[in-house]
Amino acid sequence: MSGLSLQSYEPRGRPPKTPKVLVAKLGLDGHDRGAKVVARALRDAGFDVVYTGIRQTPEQVVEAALQEDVDVIGISILSGAHIHHVSRLMELLRDLGEDIPVTVGGTIPLPDIPRLKEMGVREVFLPGTPLQVIVEKMRRLAEERQGARKI
Amino acid sequence: MQGRYSGDTGGLEERLLNLIERARGGSRALAGKLLSVLETPSPEAGVLLRLLIEKSGGNHVVGVTGIPGAGKSTLASQLIAEYRRRGLRVGVLAIDPSSPLSEGSLMADRLRMQRHATDPGVFIRSLASKGLLGGLSLAALAMVEALDAFGYDKIIVETVGVGQADVDILDVAHTILVVTMPGAGDDIQALKAGVMEIGDVYVLNKSDKPEAEQTLEFMKFALEAGTVSARHGWTPRLVKTSAVQGTGIPELADAIEEHRVFLEEKGLFAQRVEDRRVKLARLYARSLVDDMVEEIVGEKRAEILDTLRKSPDPYRSILDLVLEELRMRLQRL
Repeated sequence: MSGLSLQSYEPRGRPPKTPKVLVAKLGLDGHDRGAKVVARALRDAGFDVVYTGIRQTPEQVVEAALQEDVDVIGISILSGAHIHHVSRLMELLRDLGEDIPVTVGGTIPLPDIPRLKEMGVREVFLPGTPLQVIVEKMRRLAEERQGARKI
Repeated sequence: MQGRYSGDTGGLEERLLNLIERARGGSRALAGKLLSVLETPSPEAGVLLRLLIEKSGGNHVVGVTGIPGAGKSTLASQLIAEYRRRGLRVGVLAIDPSSPLSEGSLMADRLRMQRHATDPGVFIRSLASKGLLGGLSLAALAMVEALDAFGYDKIIVETVGVGQADVDILDVAHTILVVTMPGAGDDIQALKAGVMEIGDVYVLNKSDKPEAEQTLEFMKFALEAGTVSARHGWTPRLVKTSAVQGTGIPELADAIEEHRVFLEEKGLFAQRVEDRRVKLARLYARSLVDDMVEEIVGEKRAEILDTLRKSPDPYRSILDLVLEELRMRLQRL
């Protein structure tokens, strides 16, 4: 059996599962206004958003993502330490065999974008990215993840 | 039709049992995924629920309710720490409100508990209330069975904290904490019906703040004046805490423990487990009927408005109309 279909009893079928996203700040970075604005925009777009707050380690973020079984992990970093923290995060996910899509938003220098993508980061959101763009990309990633779900 | 309900669940059952065993063995990733299966009723979710119920029922469910901002999540985090010191495993279900407009949610209870994220003896799951008053959904009840079956000794269920009508937790938890804070209303507020009747343990949190003594007096008065709250002869406890400063937490854990012992001695522990399972069945049945009624009322809007204007007995006519449609839909199930 490759995976269960989660067909519902409901005669007209349930609406698709609400997309669930983890929004987290990695490392010693206390600036979470951006993360809160994005979390709020996702909420208003109908997402279930789990916000874990500032100063998280990659280990805490991965554990939270697994226990919450989120569809997407949205990382916000403004400290400049994104390469260090995100590579650790991606390594943890890889070691666990988990392929939850990860996005990174914040002050990322342009040359670092390909490096983050090489690590497996799906989207990088730079300052000034319209909220609508973030919401739509998150929605696509969540749908993709839900489509691939097996248990 | 029959096939879809009873289906071939042989291979499925084996597979789910294996996953449950691994979740019991400590895989929090699998525990997380199994909880997701329980989010929507389906044949698979039904089988999973049955397998979980075979193993659940032995662990202590502690409900935490009270007004928003009283410090429920921070208090829960302190309780987790205290239970860990006592060598117990803790599962948490943190329920936050969904937006009535977008149906989305921003769940931040976990934020207060994140320091426990990497502790293998702690599992925390956030759940959106999906607009239900009292915030307890079918999914929440199924997830309580799961956390119980996974072997968490204490299962903390934190409600949305809608306040006066938040008595939904009554059938679900063995022990109910009602959390309030200094300045949250006078003695008349404390005497109103609702949430101030349901607590087994009342917690005055933020007791380091001014007005704490006065609020404590109001609460003592309300508790002494009441008899309803003394469920099955239990005298509700009143505990002062400051979750931020970490004071009063061992006393709170002791009061909760006294209540657990009381339930065991009175033979009520197992009865509460049955109560919550019956509630699960009730919520499921009700959600099906509710959905259908919503649909019918939407489709028959014009007819209903007309009936209200013209029928000699509008209540009766509306009932006939809705029942007729319900019957047709039920046959199609």
